[in-house]
Amino acid sequence: MDARGRVDLTSFAPVVETHLANTVLTNGARLYVDHAHPEYSSPECRTPLEATLYDVAGEEIMRRALGIANDALDPHHAITLYKNNSDGKGNSYGTHENYLVRRDVEFGHLVRAMVPHFVSRQVVVGAGKVGAETESALEHSPEFQLSQRAEFFEEVVGLETTLKRPIINTRDEPHSDAERFRRLHVIIGDANMSQVATFVKVGSTSLLLAVLEEFGTEVFPAMPRAPVHAVRAFSLDVTLREAVLCDDERTRSAWDFQDELWTLAASYVERTGASAVGDEEEVAMVMTQWREMLDGVRDDHDAVADRVDWVAKWRVVKGYQARYDLSKNDARLRAIDLQYHDLRPSHSLAQRVGLRTICDESAVREAVHNPPRSTRAYFRGQCVARYPDEIVAANWDSVVFDLGEGPLQRVPMLDPLRGTHALTAELLETSATASELLAALDR
Amino acid sequence: MSERERIQKQRTERASETTEDVSVDATKGDQLKADLDDLLDEIDEVLEENAEEFVRNYVQKGGE
Repeated sequence: MDARGRVDLTSFAPVVETHLANTVLTNGARLYVDHAHPEYSSPECRTPLEATLYDVAGEEIMRRALGIANDALDPHHAITLYKNNSDGKGNSYGTHENYLVRRDVEFGHLVRAMVPHFVSRQVVVGAGKVGAETESALEHSPEFQLSQRAEFFEEVVGLETTLKRPIINTRDEPHSDAERFRRLHVIIGDANMSQVATFVKVGSTSLLLAVLEEFGTEVFPAMPRAPVHAVRAFSLDVTLREAVLCDDERTRSAWDFQDELWTLAASYVERTGASAVGDEEEVAMVMTQWREMLDGVRDDHDAVADRVDWVAKWRVVKGYQARYDLSKNDARLRAIDLQYHDLRPSHSLAQRVGLRTICDESAVREAVHNPPRSTRAYFRGQCVARYPDEIVAANWDSVVFDLGEGPLQRVPMLDPLRGTHALTAELLETSATASELLAALDR
Repeated sequence: MSERERIQKQRTERASETTEDVSVDATKGDQLKADLDDLLDEIDEVLEENAEEFVRNYVQKGGE
């Protein structure tokens, strides 16, 4: 699976740094090698549905890169790709989300408000796991867990991502105006195969951050006394009955937390419309799906096996185990877990379990090549597509041009909500060359 | 676009068969079981043949 130096990415030109597999794509995303695996960072998106579309486009990009690489390789050395978060042997790797948050929200308040959500959202958006792989989780010898990632968390707050993983990560590089924005770098999520789960994961988190910006921490449910214990214990209990003591002396299950958080988000939507998160229809869709998934995981698994990854995976694992009367440690059950996340259509189990889709296939194909129109990713992606030979670096917050004479010219993009289609499409369409673009920007 | 239009079941044969036939709860239970049986048949066809070796060799080194 080590794709370092193996994947021929020339079809996704331009290669910004030619000696490493590190490419900015025409859809505004970054595709690179992180230690031993390929990593896709989607372009900046404005709404949960857009973020879901660019996540799904990332799968398609990976599949195409995989095809190109394997065409060039001996079949015995063919590469396979899995969109998951652990190898079942104690090695975990993340699916990170990043949210732009107003700078005037204090970091302590971010922790206070969001920990209840991050320990509990796995009941609806966990990707599920057969067995366990860390010492403390193995003591419970679970057949199945809600989350791929939960058992790897050891701290409440911290900077690390690969050791002593924290529920709230402090990496605050906003790649934008740090006076106006902070970045919430979320490392605790699972890789979802279900598009609806990705949508609800991002949508619910965005809504709760909007609640925090608007109303502060007072309205949020109390913190669990021991958040690390809570996130692990919740993952280990597929009956969803496990409850933990909170700072207000009440006990809450993960389901209770999510129920309170849903109600909080619903009242925020009712009072404000939540236009920061998406239009009315999209916000309503987040709320409806979140509610249905929450009710389904408690009352009717069959009703949500088409949306909740852990439910879909567990249904297959249990069914297979029963059919062949397998022990809970049988390798075939672990193989099903891994293969659920296989990105190859020939092998993918997620593609066979009947998951709902919310992204049109044609929209996904578009998103493989074209940036979202709603953020600065539009300007970045368009520059990369239109002026590949003149670009020496395309970063999150700037594009650097080399026009062949004079110094390098850097175009800053500090505001993620500028550089949009509305603001730059005409400029880009009337600039046949990079020189013309830069001249027009100077005017 | 309405939510109903946006959220479409993946157009597998299995999905289109089930959505039309299901009416009452008793039938629904049988139908779900039949669906699962079909799905498990399909999994048998694509599951890695040597699961033991596949699981053993699946190792990630480094990265986050």
